[in-house]
Parts: sequence; C-alpha cells; structure tokens
Amino acid sequence: MSPERGPVFLARRTYRQRRLADAARMLPIAAGVLMILPLLWQGPDGDPGTAMVMIYIFALWIVLVGLSALVSRHLRAREPDKGNPNHGDG
Amino acid sequence: MSTLNVLVLVCICYVALLFAVAFGADRAAARGRVGWLRSPIVYTLSLSIYCTAWTFYGAVGFAARSGLEFVTIYLGPTLVMIGWWWTLRRLVVVGRTQRITSIADLISSRYGKSNLLAVFVTVLAVIGTTPYIALQLQSVTLSFAAFAETDPEAIHLSDMQSTALWVAVGLTVFTVLFGTRNLDANERHHGVVMAIAMEAVVKLFALLAVGVFVVWGLAGGMGDMLDRIEASGISRFDVPGSRWVGLTLLSAAAFICLPRMFQVMVVENEDEEHLRTASWAFPAYLMLMSLFVIPIAAVGLQMMPEGANPDLFVLTLPLMDGRDGLAILSFLGGFSSATSMVIVASIALSTMVSNHVVMPIWLRYSGNAAMMSGDVRKVAITARRLSIAGVVFLGYLYFHLSGGGTALAAIGLIAFVGVAQFLPALMGGLFWRGATRSGALAGLGAGALVWLYCLFLPSFGPSAVLPQAVFEHGLWGIGWLRPYALFGTERLDPVIHAVMWSMLLNTGCFILGSLLSFPKPLERLQGAQFVNVFEHSGTPGGWTGNMAQSEDLLVMSQRIMGAHEAQTLFADAARRQGVAGYLPEPSPDFLQELERVLSGSVGAATAHAMIGQIVGGATVSVEDLMAVADETAQIMEYSTRLEAQSQELARTARQLRQANEKLTQLSVQKDAFLSQISHELRTPMTSIRAFSEILRDTGDLTPEEQGKYASIIHDETVRLTRLLDDLLDLSVLENGQVEINVQTGQLVDVLDRAERAAGVKDSTLQVDRDRASEAVTLTSDLDRLAQVFINLIANARKYCDGTPPVMTIRTSLHDDVVVVDFTDNGSGIPPDKQAVIFEKFSRLGQSSAAGAGLGLAICREIMERLGGSVSYLPGQTGAAFRVSLPLSGPPAAPKAKEEAASPEEAESVDAPG
Repeated sequence: MSPERGPVFLARRTYRQRRLADAARMLPIAAGVLMILPLLWQGPDGDPGTAMVMIYIFALWIVLVGLSALVSRHLRAREPDKGNPNHGDG
Repeated sequence: MSTLNVLVLVCICYVALLFAVAFGADRAAARGRVGWLRSPIVYTLSLSIYCTAWTFYGAVGFAARSGLEFVTIYLGPTLVMIGWWWTLRRLVVVGRTQRITSIADLISSRYGKSNLLAVFVTVLAVIGTTPYIALQLQSVTLSFAAFAETDPEAIHLSDMQSTALWVAVGLTVFTVLFGTRNLDANERHHGVVMAIAMEAVVKLFALLAVGVFVVWGLAGGMGDMLDRIEASGISRFDVPGSRWVGLTLLSAAAFICLPRMFQVMVVENEDEEHLRTASWAFPAYLMLMSLFVIPIAAVGLQMMPEGANPDLFVLTLPLMDGRDGLAILSFLGGFSSATSMVIVASIALSTMVSNHVVMPIWLRYSGNAAMMSGDVRKVAITARRLSIAGVVFLGYLYFHLSGGGTALAAIGLIAFVGVAQFLPALMGGLFWRGATRSGALAGLGAGALVWLYCLFLPSFGPSAVLPQAVFEHGLWGIGWLRPYALFGTERLDPVIHAVMWSMLLNTGCFILGSLLSFPKPLERLQGAQFVNVFEHSGTPGGWTGNMAQSEDLLVMSQRIMGAHEAQTLFADAARRQGVAGYLPEPSPDFLQELERVLSGSVGAATAHAMIGQIVGGATVSVEDLMAVADETAQIMEYSTRLEAQSQELARTARQLRQANEKLTQLSVQKDAFLSQISHELRTPMTSIRAFSEILRDTGDLTPEEQGKYASIIHDETVRLTRLLDDLLDLSVLENGQVEINVQTGQLVDVLDRAERAAGVKDSTLQVDRDRASEAVTLTSDLDRLAQVFINLIANARKYCDGTPPVMTIRTSLHDDVVVVDFTDNGSGIPPDKQAVIFEKFSRLGQSSAAGAGLGLAICREIMERLGGSVSYLPGQTGAAFRVSLPLSGPPAAPKAKEEAASPEEAESVDAPG
C-alpha cells in the first residue's frame, strides 16, 4: 500500500460523479450481455423468429440510448479523475 | 427530360451545395463565428461516416442474405459509444494533449515516436482502405446503372468506369480544396466536417424515407410488415453464435481503429465533452439507420424479380414502384455515404502518408532539411495534396482492375479485420505501461501477416493471387497452413477464422514482445504520459538547447507553420520567459511546446526528428525518470512532499545561519562604533587636558599665552559639543524619534538660506544656480532640508580643490519628485570611497578641516525621514550629490517610528552601515 491514498470520504458531489462513472463503465458490459441473449433463445421450430429478435434488439437499443443519455448527462469527461489519480472507491 | 438526366442534374446541384456548405463553414470559421460549428451535434453527425455506401446499400443486401446478422455491424459501435468512459474518453484526451494527427501518429507517438511503426501502420491502413474506396466508387456507379436500366430513353452508359472516374476526380478536388486548407492537421477542417454532417442528415433522411415508403407504402403498415418478414426467406434468426459475437467485436474494434473514424472522432474533436452527447446520440443514429433494413430486405426479396441485386433494393424498390423522386433521394443518400467516406478517408490517409512516408524521405534526402532554405510548409501541403489524389486514384485503380464485380461486396468486412490489427497496440499503449515498440511491431506484423494470408489475398478468389493448391493443402503443402483453416480449425467461417487467428497472434506477439524487450527512455516517458494522461497532462521533456539555436528553430518553424504563426509563437514564449524580442531561451518547456505544435503539422515522429536535427540529442530530466521509475503517482507525491519538507528545513537552517551572521556583524559594528566614538572624544579631550594642565601648573604664562591656551580649550570644547550634538542628532534620527515639522515653502528660499548659512559669502566658493527652475513649492520639513543643503554646500566649501572652486546647483522635476544636483569642480571622490562616504565617521584621508565625519550620515538619515534620498552621483565634473524629495511631503512619522522599533530595523539603529 502506498502511504497516502487520498481522502477516505468524498464530498457528496464527487461521490456521485464516481458512481456515475462506474455506471458508465458497467453500461457496455450489461449491453453486451443483453445483446448475446437472443443466441440462447428457442423458437417454436428451432430458431427464434427474426421479427421477434428484431423487436427485442431495437427495444434494447432504445433503452441503451436512454440510459447512456441519462448517465452521460451528468458525467464530466475530465473532472472526477483530476486531482486524484486513484479511481478510489471513495 | 429523362430520369437519368434529372439525376445528373440533381447530383451536380447536390455537389454544388456541398461545396457551398463547406465554403460557408470555412468562411464562418475564419471570421471566428464557430459557435454552432463546434456543437456536439455536428460532432455526432460527423461520426456517421462510419455508415458508408457499404452500409447504406450493403446493409439491406447483407440482411437479404443472412437476416438480422447485419445489425452486428452497428451493435459494435453502439457498445463502444456507450462505453466511451472506458476507451474513447482516454483516446480523445490523449489525442488532444499530444496533438495527434492520425492513428499512425498516435501509435508511433506512444512507442517512442518511432517512424518505423508509423510507416507500418500507414501501409496497413492504405492496404485496408483502398478497396474500401473502390467499394464506394462501385456503389455510386451501380446506382447510376440502376437508373439507366429503368430509363429507356437514356443514352446507355456503355462505360461504367467513366462514372467512377468522374466521381473520383470530383472527390479529389473537393478534398484537396477543403481538406488541406491548413497544414496543421490538428486544426479542425470546419468545411469538411460541416459537409459530412450535412451528408449524415441526408443519408439518414433518405434511408428513413425509403423505409417509411416500404412499410407503409408497399406493405400495409407494421402488422403486415411483421407478417411479411415471417413469410420471407429471412424469417429465422439462425446466426451462428461465433459470427454474432465475432462480428460485433470486430465492428467495435474497427470503429476505433478505422483511420477515417479516428480522424473525425479524435483528430477533429474540439472538446472532449462532445463525447457525452455522442455517447447516446450516435447509437440513436445507428439505431435509426438500421431500423428499416430488415423490412426493406424482406419486401425486396418478396417483390423484386429473382436474381435482382439485393445490395440495390434501397434504390430499385422505389424505382420499381415508379417513385422517381424517392429513388433520387435514395440515390443522394447513397451518394452522400460514399462521398463522405472517401473525403474523410483520403484526408486521414494523406495525413499519414505525407507525415510518415513522404516527409521523412524528403527530410533524409534533402540532407539537413530543417536548416535548408525552401518552404517546408509548401512541401508538406503538396505532399498531402498529392497523397489525397494518390489514395483516391488507388481506390479507382482497384475498382477498375477488379472489374467492379461482386468480389468487392465482401471487402467491407475484410477491411475491418485489417484495421482491427491496430487494436492491441492501440489499447495496450493506452492502458499498459509495459507495452513496448518491439511488442507493437511484432503484434502488428503477425496480425497483418495472418490477415493478408487468411483473408485479404484469398478474397481475390482461388488461383488469383494464392494458387488453388494452397487453399486445399496449405502453404508448402503443410495442412496446418491452409488459409481458411489455420492449425486445422476448419469449422469456422473464413472472416471469423481470420479475426480469431489474427487477433490472437497479434495480441500474443504484442504481449510477448513487450515482456521480452526493454523500452528506450523516450518510450517509457511516452508510455507514462499516455497511460497516466488524466494525472499529468504535460508531455515528457527532453530537449536542452542553447540560445544560438533559437534562431535556427525560428527559421525552421517559419517554414513549417508560416512566418506569422511562428513569430507569434516565439514572441509569446519569449514574453513568458521575460525576454524581449522574438527569440526565447530554448528551455526544455519551450522546445516541448514547439515540438507539439510542429507535430500538429508534420506528425510527432517528424517533428521530433526536425527539432533533434537542430538542438541535438534529447535528454531526459530527473523528474521524467522519476515519473517512469515510480510505478504509482503516490510514491512520487510522497517523495515530493518529503523533498518539500527537507527544502523547508534547509531554508530554516539558512535563515538561522543568516540571523547568526547578522548578530555577529552587529556586535563587531558596535565595537567599532564605540572605539570610533572614544577616539573622536579622546582627541579633543587630550588637548583640553594638556592645555588646562599647562594653565594650572605653569605659573609664568604671559596673558597672550593664557588667552591662546584658553581659546584652544574653548575651541576644543566647542568641537566636542558639536560632536556630541551631531551624535545625539543622528541617534534621534536613526531611532525615528525626530519630530518632523512639515511646512510648505519655495525650494529657492531654502537654498538661499542654506547658501547664507554655509558661509559662502565669506569664502572663495562660487555658487552657480538656476533660480528659475528652483521655483518649486515644497511640502516638507524645510529646516531639516536646509540642514542637508548646508551640509552639502559646506562640504564643497571645505573640500573642493578647484581653482576657483565653483558649485553648480541644478534642479529638475521628475513626476512627483524634485531632484537637486550639487556638483562642484573639484577632484571628486575616488570610486573606492564613494560607497562609504555616507557612513558615520568616514572622512576622506586625514583632512585638516574640522568635522567628525557625521555630516553626510546625518544627511542620509534626514532625507530618509523626509521620504527622499541623497546619493553620490558618479561621473560628473567633480564631487556631485543628488538630493531627491517627493513634492507631496514626508511619509507619516509614526510609521517610521514603528519601523525603527521593529527588530528588522534594529540593526540600522546601532550599525554604522
């Protein structure tokens, strides 16, 4: 362990920023998993129908756009990491 | 008028509009009205060059062949965009802080500004992009042909190639005009970006329009559409898992690595905050682009005759239904997709080719080119223009030679795999400090080799480049080296096979090479800079230069950046350093800044080499090495704090030592002062004692003798009293206890009084005054001032050895300060004595004249109390003293008292000096 790891507790705003950054990191992983999901589906006669998968994929897409907009709206590209090199858990 | 002619007309109008938009945006930018040009929406729209004609037309074709699989091409970039916090943010910040001009520049810059690596990346990018450009030309040609077929009146386009040629020429002209306006590739091409943003809107609108027409015009709305999909040949979602995952990852990789994407995403980025908007807006754009692809494909498969090219459904469906307007719109959408891709790709490639291939070669063959006469700037711009033409021409050539057949359709994915080879070096460079140049070269080399062998060369068809035997039995008959089944992996689809092996081998070689090799210092510095870009955004140092080189640097910079820009840069740097003129010290900071600015024009590697030519070798500072040696910023911070603490200690020790020295000095001065005083008191005392003893002990003294001795005693007593008065006066002055009696009067009166009191009348001294200039109203303690003047005049009367002695008094006004110069025509004061004349008891030699040597010391004290000064003026005809005094009066007395009481001042109270 290095002698100093920065503050143990962070101001509420910085804390929010950190958690938003975490959310931004998790989003593509969750999205990736959800995109693979249709591969595991089973249709009435073997493969699932294109129409159904298409509706699922586009619905997922719209949700992802919405979530991404929500997360990135309050996330600054530089701020949270400045001053503290550790992506500490606050 | 036939449809085809209308099409040609619309096309020309559209191109004219593009030129107008680009021109307008450039003009607006030149006038500084860039507000809306810099909006995040424009940035997002410019990213849409990801959607080329291959995706505009090809997505429907792709969907018609293999159903929903096409969507992976859009899902990959969606993942990258919503995951911007991981990679894109870092990429964009690195690109901006390091003034990166292209992906080749980034990779070369990260691995110690290695030009070899840059050349490698450039060549691979050109190989990967040329067929892609050919594909765009083909799509425009095919869409023209589709119109021609439905138009019986049209003159049959016997030569499809000519269309492609015209498109190529037009695009070259556009790109050269708007893409090479400024040499600094880091500056944004506002015109180009605006034009491609407009094209982004056109292609999205066109595709959506066709989609709406197909769903609600040809089919009977949403419900009917779903039924039709169910009834079509693509009703089942039977995509192999490996392709679904593999293609998604491939398109994600390509999205980051494609030179044209890198150009709009990183190089043209103006503000990293734009990513925030793009992170959701661009996925939304992609979603809309692919929304109607399956419906169009399904309806196309159903309604179009057997054997119709599914790649052109977007165009042929409206044409078949007689909707010429919609068809023309659709054509424009495809045309937009094709042109914007070619424009940006050729700009990106030309930057790479000119910076990493042409310029280094030119530099080498023109000797010490940085110092040569001639305009480097012109060479660079010409190189870039020729490169643009060359790249587009290569694309045309590829199209021409391949005959525009269906072989081209597959080239999209093949190109993706090619550029994806940059990914390990790129990501490793951004996240792993241990990545080295050797590793990057090994990885890129292995990946490129596998790609060429397993995908690119076989794409020309069996026996075209690779003989049939190689396909069947492997290279040299080794079964494990079959291009589609390396190491016996026969069950994979060729594209996925190539992706898997190339990426595995690439990453493996990259990691292994990095682990086994040892990086050069510059590499390690750059590595630290890139990986820790959010911690410290400066660039590593390295240059040390001397003043003589500044001029050479300016000469070089002028030729690269243009005279005005270079001079501004240099003058700014000089001003920051506090140096007048245009030549700053070539400090490491300045050289770094210069290198970064130059790298915006000619690339990091070339800029480094050019500065190296002038300045000599790069050096690595201790701090830089610390940044590399220490694995965490914490240790550095900790050691900096320790260093600060030890510096603090050293400072305190130094202060203590100084205080001690001062005290010792004061003690010595005090002793000297006491012995001086005793001596001064002793001399008159001795004579008083001697003569009073004579008077007492000698009985037979004549009255004359008695009178003489008594007057000697009297004189000595007077001298003693004066000495004690002076001492008292000085002590009072030095303690600040003197009462300053502020009056207002004329300087001329004060001088008159001083002249009289100094006894000028009774002496041989002549005083030369300029009474007109002495009519100055003063507010000060005029009695004290007169005392100073008296002293100065009396000194001249006593010591001036001119024949006849003349004193010149001149008065002048400087702002709020009146300056009076007293100059005599004597031999003056020797330079070695000038420093001490204001000290107590300083007399010049063993002068016969009376005086304890306290006069000037008192003068100095008085003038200080009055807020002015008296100083010796060297270089005049004789001794010269300058008295300067503020017109507004002396400073407040209590302040002086306080100062005198403070320990700082204490030294001057007792010290003779």
